[in-house]
Amino acid sequence: MKIEELRAKLLAAARANPPGDHVPLAFERRVLAHLAVKPPVELAALWARALWRATVPCVAITVLLGVFSFIPTRNIMNSTNEEDLSQTFEQTLLASSDQQEEIW
Amino acid sequence: MERTEAELIAAAVKGDPSSFEPLIQKYSPRVFATARRYARLEREVEDIAQEIWIKAFQKLGSFRGDAPFEHWLMRLAVRTCYDFLRAHQRNRESSFSEISDPEDDWLERFAAAPESTSEHATAAIQLIARILDQMSPAGRLIITLLELEDRSVKEIAELTGWSVPLVKVRAFRARGEMKKILERITKEKYL
Repeated sequence: MKIEELRAKLLAAARANPPGDHVPLAFERRVLAHLAVKPPVELAALWARALWRATVPCVAITVLLGVFSFIPTRNIMNSTNEEDLSQTFEQTLLASSDQQEEIW
Repeated sequence: MERTEAELIAAAVKGDPSSFEPLIQKYSPRVFATARRYARLEREVEDIAQEIWIKAFQKLGSFRGDAPFEHWLMRLAVRTCYDFLRAHQRNRESSFSEISDPEDDWLERFAAAPESTSEHATAAIQLIARILDQMSPAGRLIITLLELEDRSVKEIAELTGWSVPLVKVRAFRARGEMKKILERITKEKYL
């Protein structure tokens, strides 16, 4: 049996007999009845959706904060190349009391 | 005065389901004819048609109006039918020894005299339906659109949302899949 010929014959059979397009009685009313019924609100689904939506902004904020916290640290490190970090910290901490002594 | 299609769609988008009724009445025959290509049981056909219309109402806001509503609806219908096929993959392991006597007779007549075998015979229609039932969802969809509805590759790409190369690849595979099923029939029956 020739497969290609059989295939063509069967496809021709399907083409020659397209499916019917009749619509059941009052079908549109059935659809409209479904549309009129509002689905019940699922709190868990709403909460999950909100969490998923918040994911991207949260990750973006975390990354930005990470970058910002890294940049100032590098600047301080660069500016205090020859100084001891502890001295710089002490000077900064006691800057206000030094200024007051100068005033008095 | 009768409202235009655009007016009905605009009202339905605003949440008025009754404006949707004339659209359902007008396009349901097309929707049912499409659904009947992929489901055999009338109950399944009605479920598919209903799902298509409910999705259409819910997604009506995404209809931009730059193409006819019917095209937009048919895209939705084809995609819903494909989802149905994927969700209801029937047991494709069934043997062709299950084919009915009239189908068997038709095959025998075809083997004896291919030219004189009628393509209008009920047995031939049932046999092709059985073969399509055994195909993969993508294969069945492609064969239906390409071979039975005579659509172009570009049209199928638009309807399914697949790229043109993907449609070509799937069409090639679908033809191969169909050929294998036919070979299995003929081997089981005539070897």
